[in-house]
Amino acid sequence: MVCLSELQQKFGAKIAESHFRDNRRIDIPAAVVLPLLTSLKTEYGFNMLVDITAVDWLEYEGATDRFSVVYQLLNLDTGERLTVRVPVNLPDAVLPSVYSLWRGADWMEREVWDMFGISFSGHPDLRRILMPEEFDAFPLRKDYPLKGRGERHNFPVITRSGS
Amino acid sequence: MAVGLPENIFITKLDAAANWARSNSLWPMPFATACCGIELMATAASRHDLARFGAEVMRFSPRQCDLLIVAGRVVMKMLPVLQRIWLQMPEPKWCISMGACACSGGVFDTYAVVQGIDRFIPVDMYVPGCPPRPEQLLQAVMDMQAKVRRTGTVMGREFAIRDMPTGPAPFDSDERYRIEDSRLIQLGGFSAAATSAGRSATQG
Amino acid sequence: MPLTPVDTLESASAEREYVWTLNFGPQHPATHTTLRLVLTLDGEKVLNAVPYIGYLHSGFEKLGEHLDFNQYVTIVDRMNYLSPLANEIAWHHAVEKLLGIELTPRCRYLRTILAELMRMHDHLLNLGTTALDLGGFTAFLYFFQQREHIYDIVELASGQRFHTSYTRVGGVLFDVNTDWVNRVRKFIRDFPKVYDEVDRLLTKNRIFVDRTKGIGYLSREEAINFSAVGPVARASGVERDLRRDEPYLAYADLDFDVVCSRGGDCYARYLVRMQELLESLKIIEQAVENIPGGPVNIGVESDMVLPSKPAVYRSIEGLIQHFEVIMPNRGYEVPREQIYAATESPNGELGFYIVGNAETRAYRARTRPPSYIHFSMFPHMIRNHQLSDVVAVLGSINIIAAELDR
Ligand code: SF4
Repeated sequence: MVCLSELQQKFGAKIAESHFRDNRRIDIPAAVVLPLLTSLKTEYGFNMLVDITAVDWLEYEGATDRFSVVYQLLNLDTGERLTVRVPVNLPDAVLPSVYSLWRGADWMEREVWDMFGISFSGHPDLRRILMPEEFDAFPLRKDYPLKGRGERHNFPVITRSGS
Repeated sequence: MAVGLPENIFITKLDAAANWARSNSLWPMPFATACCGIELMATAASRHDLARFGAEVMRFSPRQCDLLIVAGRVVMKMLPVLQRIWLQMPEPKWCISMGACACSGGVFDTYAVVQGIDRFIPVDMYVPGCPPRPEQLLQAVMDMQAKVRRTGTVMGREFAIRDMPTGPAPFDSDERYRIEDSRLIQLGGFSAAATSAGRSATQG
Repeated sequence: MPLTPVDTLESASAEREYVWTLNFGPQHPATHTTLRLVLTLDGEKVLNAVPYIGYLHSGFEKLGEHLDFNQYVTIVDRMNYLSPLANEIAWHHAVEKLLGIELTPRCRYLRTILAELMRMHDHLLNLGTTALDLGGFTAFLYFFQQREHIYDIVELASGQRFHTSYTRVGGVLFDVNTDWVNRVRKFIRDFPKVYDEVDRLLTKNRIFVDRTKGIGYLSREEAINFSAVGPVARASGVERDLRRDEPYLAYADLDFDVVCSRGGDCYARYLVRMQELLESLKIIEQAVENIPGGPVNIGVESDMVLPSKPAVYRSIEGLIQHFEVIMPNRGYEVPREQIYAATESPNGELGFYIVGNAETRAYRARTRPPSYIHFSMFPHMIRNHQLSDVVAVLGSINIIAAELDR
C-alpha cells in the first residue's frame, strides 16, 4: 500500500488523494512526475504501467487545467492499482517521458502526442503514430470537430477510363 | 475468316465466349481491412465455400486479379494504398465494395474515415450490411458474374465510356459549410453557434 | 555481388552495404489486415523492424464522446472484431461501474457464458490463421467450422451473427431461452472432438513445432516491462488473469485454472491458447448448467435500463421509462467522476477509462487496447530471426488492426 503522507513528505504537500468506487487516485504536479513514478516503481513495487492517456478539459465545467495526463499503474505482486493524474497546460504542454522506467510507455506516449499534442521530453522517437505524418491537428482535442476539417476528402479521384 | 459475314456478328460471339470465360473464373483480390474481412474469410471457409462459384482463388497480388473486393473501412492513410492497388490491376477489372463502411463510411462518420470509396475509385457492385452475411457476398459474386456476362466486350471497351466515378462528389455541400465554419472558428472571428445559426437563418 | 557472411563482420559498426530494406504491408495477406512493417534485412535475417500503424485509425474514441452509453456499444463492437461481444461486455462493465449499477445474477451468468464463448471465438480464429500462415490449411477449416457454431449461438441470442450490440447498460437486449441453452450444450458436447483432431494435427507436428519453438522469445521481465497482458504475458510466465485476480461477472463462483507457461516463445503462446480453449469450455459448462432464473435486466424502477421492446409497445410505464432513458435531458444520473475498469478480454486486459460529465455520454472514453501494447513489442521479439518467422510471431501475438488503431 502506498501511504499518502510518505509521498507528501518526499515530494511536497501538493499531492492529493481521492477515491471513486475501487479506484484510488493521486493528483501530482508536473514537476515531480519522474521522481515520483520512479519511486513508485522501485520502492512500492508498481512494476507494470498499464496505460497512459490524457483528457482534454476544455468543455468540462469548472475545470481549471486544459489537460491532464493519466497514468494507470499496477503492482503485479499484490494486485494493487493506482491512478496518477498530472495537470498539463498550454502553451508548453510537456512532460518528462517515463520510457526509461517502462518500455511499454513508448507507444502510449506517442499516442498521447499524436492525439493531444502533449509532448514528452526524453522520449527517443516521438513521432505521430496513428495519423499521417503530414496531419497538422490533434484530433482528440475538444476544439477539433468530429468530422474533421475536410482532410478525409483531400485525394485525387480515379475514374474508369483513367485507370 | 468467314467471307461476307458482317463483322459485328463475329465480334458479338467472341464477346460472349470471352465473357463466359471471364465470369466463371473471377480471381478476387481481397482488400480486407476490418471486420468485413473476417466475413470474407468466413465466405471462403468451410461452411459457405466460395469455391462453388469459381471465385475462390484469392490472389493477394493485384497484378494477377480481376476482381477487387474492398471489405472494411478505408481511412485517410489507407486510401492512397487502395488507389495504387486498383491502378496495378490489369484490365479487365471490377470492384465490389463490401459493407457499409466501404460503401458510405457506415457508422464511422469521423475525421479519419473516407465516406465511401466510390468517391475515389470506380465501384461496380455494392454489398450493404455491417457486416454483410456470407450469403450476401455470394449473391454479390453471382451478380457480378451476371454483370460481366452482360456487359463485357473482348477489347474491354466498356471501361473507356465512363469518366466519372460512380459515387457522389468528394465534397458534398454540407461538408463544405462545415469546413468553412471550422476555419472561421479557428480564425477566432465567430463562435460555432453564431455561424451555424446564421446559416440556417439565411437558408430558411 | 556475393553477400558477406555475418560472422566474418569485423565489428557491428562496420559499413554494412549489403543490408537491405523491405516494406511489408500494409496490404499483405499475412499482416492480418492493415499492419505495415519496414524490415531491415541482412540476407534473410531481420536486423530491425519498424512498425507503422494507423492504417485503420477511424476515430473510435472521438465517436465515444458523441454517442451515449448505449449507442457507443455499436462502435465498441467493431474494435476487436474477432470477439465483438467481449468488447461490449468490457465497455458496459466500465459504464456500470461508473454509474454504480449492480447486475442481476442471471445477467452476470449470461454475460459470463458469452464472454467465454467469445474467448473461444477469438482463439479459434487466431490458432487457425496462425496455422494457415505457417502452411497448415486444415486446422483453419476445422476451427472455422466451430466458429460458425458459435456464430449460430450468438445469432440465436441477439439476432445478429457478427456485430451483435447485445449488451445494454444494466442488462442485455433480450433474454435467452431453453433452445439457446440446448444449443450451447450441444456445442460443449461436440467441441472436444474437433479440438482433439486439431490437437493431433498441430501440437506435435514436426513442421509446426520447428517453425514456432524458440521463435519470438519474450522473458518474464520483458513482458512486465513492456506492459504485456493476457495470453502473451501468461505464456511468458506472468501469472495474471483478471478473471481470477479481480473477479467480475460470475467468475468468482466458477472453477477454472489460469493457464501459464514458462516458454515465452510462439509455441508456448500457441499452447496457452489451446489450453485456454478447454478452460473456457469448462467455464461455459458450469455456467450454463447453473444459470439462475429471474429477470435478466435490473428493475424498471431503477430508471437506468432500457425496458424490453414488448414493454415499450404494450404498457405506458414501459414507454415512459423508455423516454426517461433516451431523452437527452433526462437519462441516467452520471457522476462527474472518472473511472478505470478492465476485463480480461481474449487478448488481455481490455480497459476503459471513462470521464463522466453529468451527461448520458462519456466526456472521454479511452480504450486501453491490448493489441496496441503487444504490437509495440514486435520489433523486440523479431530481432535476429529469419524473415519467414515474421508471420509466425505476428500470428502468435494476435494483432487485431481495428483494436490496434481504433
Ligand atoms: S461495414 Fe461494419 S463490419 Fe464492415 S468494416 Fe464497417 S464496421 Fe466493420
